[in-house]
Amino acid sequence: MADWSGYLNLILQGALVTAQLTVYGSILALAAAFLAGLGRLSQWRAIRWLSTIYIEFFRGTSIYVQLFWAYFVLPFMGISLSPMAAGIMALGLNVGAYAAEVVRGAILSVPRDQYEATTALNLTRFQRMRHVILPQALPLMLPTFGNNAIELLKATAVVSLISLTDMTFQAQIVRAQTGNTLIPFAMILILYFAMALIISASMRLLERRMTRGLDGVR
Amino acid sequence: MQWDWTFVAEIMPTLLQGLKLTLLITLLSAIVAAALGLVFAIARRSRNPLVARPVSFVIEFIRGTPLLVQLYFIFYVLPDVGILLPPLVAGVIGMGLHYATYTAEVYRAGIENVPKGQWEAARATNLTTRQTWVHVIVPQAVPPMIPALANYLIAMFKETPLLSAITVLELMNQAKSVANSSYRYIEPMTMVGVFFLGMSLVSVVMLRWLEHRFGRLGK
Repeated sequence: MADWSGYLNLILQGALVTAQLTVYGSILALAAAFLAGLGRLSQWRAIRWLSTIYIEFFRGTSIYVQLFWAYFVLPFMGISLSPMAAGIMALGLNVGAYAAEVVRGAILSVPRDQYEATTALNLTRFQRMRHVILPQALPLMLPTFGNNAIELLKATAVVSLISLTDMTFQAQIVRAQTGNTLIPFAMILILYFAMALIISASMRLLERRMTRGLDGVR
Repeated sequence: MQWDWTFVAEIMPTLLQGLKLTLLITLLSAIVAAALGLVFAIARRSRNPLVARPVSFVIEFIRGTPLLVQLYFIFYVLPDVGILLPPLVAGVIGMGLHYATYTAEVYRAGIENVPKGQWEAARATNLTTRQTWVHVIVPQAVPPMIPALANYLIAMFKETPLLSAITVLELMNQAKSVANSSYRYIEPMTMVGVFFLGMSLVSVVMLRWLEHRFGRLGK
């Protein structure tokens, strides 16, 4: 029983990897979401098509298949990724495709008269997006972004299958070495749940901060 | 490494066998999720806080933790307390349970979507509780739920590869075993991707049709 602290340490190291994957994956997802979401609303048809293909491809196949493809097939094409890079890429691009639809929906839900007002004020397209549309659309995106981030956190468990030492992988190691199943798995379930709670709490905080000053508008 | 069509033809029967099992798993899990989701939704609406609170917590907990870990839990921990499940059953239970927490939300939204006036009208015309549900609420609540439920069916289909981690021989696992024995990853993995993409493109078209036919929740 004395080595339990060692096993605990192992799982906590895994938790760190899981947290890293979640944070980096979310950053990539956010960037991909805005690129593809705004791309679908672009005035150039080629960009609209490119964004649609990206979104439909990543939403159409599962994260697991994408991860395996990135890890096992890309090397044959000369692109060798470390498990961590493959994991971040697959997670970020996958969740980004879902979030892109959120970006698009939120931007489209900004009332038409706001667009007309910016035309009347002679704002450029960039100014319109930056100062009028996005500040109103962002608070609408946040709750769904929170859910997407939790989906991403949950999807990180899959990377254990490409031998990345995340929490789930470490729990398997503890199971293999100790033969005890309940403690490692119950423990990581609780840790995952705690992380999900942290994400949803910080999203609520961010939402409150973002909607400050918008009371009169909505 | 080059793409090899003869190899694709060679592995096709194995992959199709995996696809069949994948579809079976999706169907079975969908039935579990649909039924259990209804139980969750009703229990969460219960006026007794001793029922509603724990159920809410269980739903939140299941939604906040990865399906893969839940599958491991069912597959590795339950045998220790004497419940030994074959991989397929463990997978179906795990996936059904996970998605039941999502379908419960759909049921809840569908029921709340029925205007309050309908409840009041049912009471005014002196309908019993059973009559209210059967003749007034359910006929109005169910059609808008159908596209949302179909959406989760598609999501479940895409999650089935996770079951390969608990040794179920579905599409992904067949592809992996073929790939490992022949050291060719491009064809099996790409074919799996093509299968999934093809199936989900078809299902997107069907989903659009369902939305057109039954309308959408909350719109």
